Amino acid sequence: MDFSFTEEQREIFAAVQEICAEELKPKADEIDRRGEYPWDNIKLLAELDLFGIPVPPEYGGLGLGFIEWAVVGELLSAACTTTGAVYGAHMLAEYPIMVFGTDEQKQKHLAPLARGEKIGAFGLTEPNAGSDAGAVQTRAELRGDEYILNGSKVFITNGGDAEIYVIIANVAPEMGTRGLTAFIVEKGTEGFSFGKDEEKMAYSALSNRELIFQDARVPQANLLGRERRGFRVAMATLSVGRIGMAIGAVGLAQAAYDAAVAYAPTREQFGQPISEFQAIQFMLADMATGIEAARWLTYSAAWRKDQDLDYEKQAAMAKVFASEMCVDVCNKAVQIHGGYGYSKDYAVERYYREAKLFDIVEGTSQIQRLVIANRLLKEAKSQ
Amino acid sequence: MNIIVCIKQVPDTADVRIDPETNTLIREGVPSIINPFDENAIEAALQLKEQHGGQVTVITMGPPQAEGALRQALAMGCDEAILISDRACAGSDTLATSYILSQAIRKIGDYDLIICGKQAFDGDTAQVGPGIAEHLGIPQATYAVDVEVEEQTIHVRRLLAGRFETIEMKLPALLTADKHMNDPRHAGLRGVMQARKKEIPIWSIEEIEADPERCGLLGSPTTVIEIFPPQRSRQSQRLEGDPHEVASQLFAKLRENQIV
Ligand SMILES: Cc1cc2nc3c(=O)[nH]c(=O)nc-3n(C[C@H](O)[C@H](O)[C@H](O)COP(=O)(O)OP(=O)(O)OC[C@H]3O[C@@H](n4cnc5c(N)ncnc54)[C@H](O)[C@@H]3O)c2cc1C
Repeated sequence: MDFSFTEEQREIFAAVQEICAEELKPKADEIDRRGEYPWDNIKLLAELDLFGIPVPPEYGGLGLGFIEWAVVGELLSAACTTTGAVYGAHMLAEYPIMVFGTDEQKQKHLAPLARGEKIGAFGLTEPNAGSDAGAVQTRAELRGDEYILNGSKVFITNGGDAEIYVIIANVAPEMGTRGLTAFIVEKGTEGFSFGKDEEKMAYSALSNRELIFQDARVPQANLLGRERRGFRVAMATLSVGRIGMAIGAVGLAQAAYDAAVAYAPTREQFGQPISEFQAIQFMLADMATGIEAARWLTYSAAWRKDQDLDYEKQAAMAKVFASEMCVDVCNKAVQIHGGYGYSKDYAVERYYREAKLFDIVEGTSQIQRLVIANRLLKEAKSQ
Repeated sequence: MNIIVCIKQVPDTADVRIDPETNTLIREGVPSIINPFDENAIEAALQLKEQHGGQVTVITMGPPQAEGALRQALAMGCDEAILISDRACAGSDTLATSYILSQAIRKIGDYDLIICGKQAFDGDTAQVGPGIAEHLGIPQATYAVDVEVEEQTIHVRRLLAGRFETIEMKLPALLTADKHMNDPRHAGLRGVMQARKKEIPIWSIEEIEADPERCGLLGSPTTVIEIFPPQRSRQSQRLEGDPHEVASQLFAKLRENQIV
């Protein structure tokens, strides 16, 4: 058992921390206020080689692990949650191509994603298929050497700004989840367009657009994995995504805690700093404890992934625990700031709005508990 | 075009604290960074390399920990790094330091241009760069903000008090970089990983054939008698009210204090 990072990891994280402190954090409020997709930050991340951390070097990546990917995500999310979300969603396109793609697909699509030359997105959710991924209605039909896609996706992070989309469609609707099939769809494909950009409680700068497929012509070469294996592709992608979401929540919670612990000693009421009140101290203690627990739970899931151990249960546990912890910590951070925490002059107001997303996206907290319980009962039965 | 960049590792704080007992800088608990002007020097060298090809070698004289600064420079994209580290270097003033660095540069031998930061953040003397040029007998241009290389000549734009000056020099030459020269790049992760794999040779004063009499305390005619933080006289005053009235009050104050 060893809970320390290697020297190389420390140097990598120090380099990322530097740009977080110097470039990302100072601009985070403005990005939220302006509501424009953070291209400058994305270019910076690409320059620093952050988009291909676990991708093998032969496909433009660094060949590191998901631990490194996760810790970098934590740092980004703490500095600018929106940028962290772009980074996380990008992996949802990279990962399935990395695992299920052919060599040709990796050269063509994974390499530019890993180098940050193109941004990726993952489209599963539809108006009538959220938690129930099997209800996907987007149709794919093979005609000649093309698949013709019809249907729509909603809420897709990086939608419209990304150039490479991994899309889950159905080639045999009568078979439900067993008909699901994954495709790589490039922006500019005939019949593929963008609809409404969702207006949200937070993340005004993050794009979450509707993807519209009207007889979209996707070359057969863009079939990802095999036909009718899309459910597996989606679940594998979401498992890694859960690590990303969990660590994003840890990063955001850390930022909220940092703000609260800095504020409490400076605010005086009843003739003393509010940090002298035990009620405030207990909140800080609970916040820090929650963050620490969620962080190590998430690191352990990422570590299991890097060790090729089964990690799905841990990833789901990390996702639900970290996101609920994050909502709680951001709530307390606002509470400690009092009325100022409700004011847009303080970042905790934004953190509070941003936190709620983690509870919902990439499988709600309820769905995570379903995943965990299914696993637990299966394990109990097999013993 | 082969370029040598001289850098210094300094404590990461603009607000350097001083131990009143010993009159030395308190370095404990303060992380070390590359002297900010030296980052401009590195950036200038990397840009010249990108335009004209060649090699960038970064050197520093310092304790073994100064390797960290060299690794960072390698991560930014420098090709080679050399650490000059020897007990005999301890206590070097600007004369001894520039002598030692010039000896190391002589040993490297093959160079067209030397770039230093315009001054070190912790000492502020701005003497080491010019000292190196003098020891090597090559032309120098301090406070550079822009540089263009044409065959064996170099045009340097210098930022002086309230004016620019452009000068032409023959290579090899030395210049010191001003912070307005460029915006230093951040080291990418690929750079960090590659830098870790590079060997950084450590040269002693013997290896650079430096005269021990001219190094360290022995070779340093300057002694620092006292270091002290400046007395801060923060007497701020707030003028409030009607803008016109405030403006004339302000003017009266400036008069009174003989500022205008
Ligand atoms: C900002 C943002 C970004 C997003 N980005 C993406 C993206 O990039 N790609 C993508 O494909 N999707 C994306 N989504 C969609 C997101 O993954 C879904 O919103 C999420 O999976 C929940 O689906 P739903 O909204 O349809 O909720 P529903 O499934 O309708 O859930 C409603 C409620 O019912 C509960 N519920 C549902 N089923 C069960 C059950 N079986 N047992 C108990 N409770 C249940 C849920 O937990 C929830 O509380 C994004 C959403 C948001 C808000």
